[in-house]
Amino acid sequence: MLQVRNLSVSFGSTDVLSEISFDLKRGEIVGLLGESGSGKSTLALALLRVLPSDARVSGSITFDGRDLFTLSERQMRRLRGAAISIIFQEPGLALNPVLRVGTQITEVLRAHNSWSRRRLRDEAAALLAQVELPDVNRIFNSYPHELSGGEAQRVLIAQALVCSPALVIADEPTASLDSTIQAEILALLVKLRREKNLSLLFITHNPALLVNFADWVIVMCRGQIVEQGAVPAIFRRPVHEFTQALVSSMNARAMGGSVGI
Amino acid sequence: MTSPSASVARVEASTAPLLRLRGLTKTYRQRHLWREDRPIHALENINLEIPAASAFALVGESGSGKSTLAMCIAQLEALDAGEVWFKQKQLTGLSSDELRHQRAKIQLIFQSSALALNPRFTTIEAVTEPLEIQGSAERSQQREIALECMRLTGLTPELAQQRILTLSGGQRQRLAIARALTLSPELLMFDESFSGLDLIVQAQVLRLLASLQKSRSLTYLLITHDLSLVIGFASHLAVMQSGRIVESGAVSEVLAHPQHAHTQALIAAMPKWPTLQAAESGA
Repeated sequence: MLQVRNLSVSFGSTDVLSEISFDLKRGEIVGLLGESGSGKSTLALALLRVLPSDARVSGSITFDGRDLFTLSERQMRRLRGAAISIIFQEPGLALNPVLRVGTQITEVLRAHNSWSRRRLRDEAAALLAQVELPDVNRIFNSYPHELSGGEAQRVLIAQALVCSPALVIADEPTASLDSTIQAEILALLVKLRREKNLSLLFITHNPALLVNFADWVIVMCRGQIVEQGAVPAIFRRPVHEFTQALVSSMNARAMGGSVGI
Repeated sequence: MTSPSASVARVEASTAPLLRLRGLTKTYRQRHLWREDRPIHALENINLEIPAASAFALVGESGSGKSTLAMCIAQLEALDAGEVWFKQKQLTGLSSDELRHQRAKIQLIFQSSALALNPRFTTIEAVTEPLEIQGSAERSQQREIALECMRLTGLTPELAQQRILTLSGGQRQRLAIARALTLSPELLMFDESFSGLDLIVQAQVLRLLASLQKSRSLTYLLITHDLSLVIGFASHLAVMQSGRIVESGAVSEVLAHPQHAHTQALIAAMPKWPTLQAAESGA
């Protein structure tokens, strides 16, 4: 479904991504693993073609047979949200603080459909229910600051699902959440993948999140893909020294695993 | 049951607790313009003893009162009721002069050291500042102490004249620790200080802390919601929920036999890295 070939991005004389190539199939969860500054988020922005204008880009991104770099801005706008959407890291910052949650969801629906006010409302409420938000009416009429971190993250996921995209990019969606909430959000993403057969590109710096979650993993280091493969294989026999360092730091941490968890 | 035993033994050997908390209570008021004020019970009757030279972890979800507890221990937040005993001294009700003296012994390191440090300072200025405030050494010595603390945390002297803005996240975290070490503290409190760091950097910082603990017999209070950070680092653990401590004990004990539902939920939510390791040793 998604084919990335020799994608390179640079700002001035700094290469942020170099020669990135990978494929992503429908219904797959792929983990994109790397430390801060390795280019993970830049890759996400490149896939949506929303890089800053001073970025120099080469290579190709093909989505459902269409080369994204040859599309007009108008065609691209139709694709964003409807075919490829993104969930950002800080749920508190990604929502508009002065608009009610309901307004922000219907806003996206309205941009892609010409529905009546009533239908917009119903569809938005259905989306909020789908991400397992408890009190849909309360959430619908709330401002973002009135939500907890977990609720705000669910709202962002609902917003990303508005137009039933085929590919959802999640950029560290659980980094700012408690571990219990984090586990709930991962379970929700797995459920949505099953129900909607969507593909998920899950960006994280924590390999432990990917273990029982992703189908395969891409490891990035300094703008390059240093390793990719199925989750257990990569973590059991890491080849690149960055992955090895990461795995050994995880193993050191899990030494307490001997207490029987 | 193998790795934590060494530190546990050390904890039991030293009988007098470094820090003793008795019935700490703190209530905030959430103000409303047109509704009645709503009380938020951040701490409710907290009793806790932290042994000297131990690493004590405090876990709980956001809003459970962990940070309020740290602020109250450091006397940066006034208590409604209760007593904070540091060694043989009661901290509550001390005059500000006496308190400043005690504070040198208790250092709090915040979540994002990037924000807690003044970005206009050079690294050496940031590390020297506590010494200047406390007036605890000659000016010529201050610089030496600062450089020594930077060296301890793995920051080279070449970094001394750099602005804090130019440091990486891991370096800033080390700098925050170096700064806290200048006053030879006995208790270091880390309030989610590692959650923003990459895992490899996190592991380096934890190793550094473990070696500092040995060489300087420091006591650590580690506040986090990440249980996997606690394992292998802390010897004791207390779990907080809605302002109360719902469970506490030796880390290995609590994790192996969690009694409280909230502790069980935290353990269940922990990403399961060890299973992979088991698969590896099986292969």
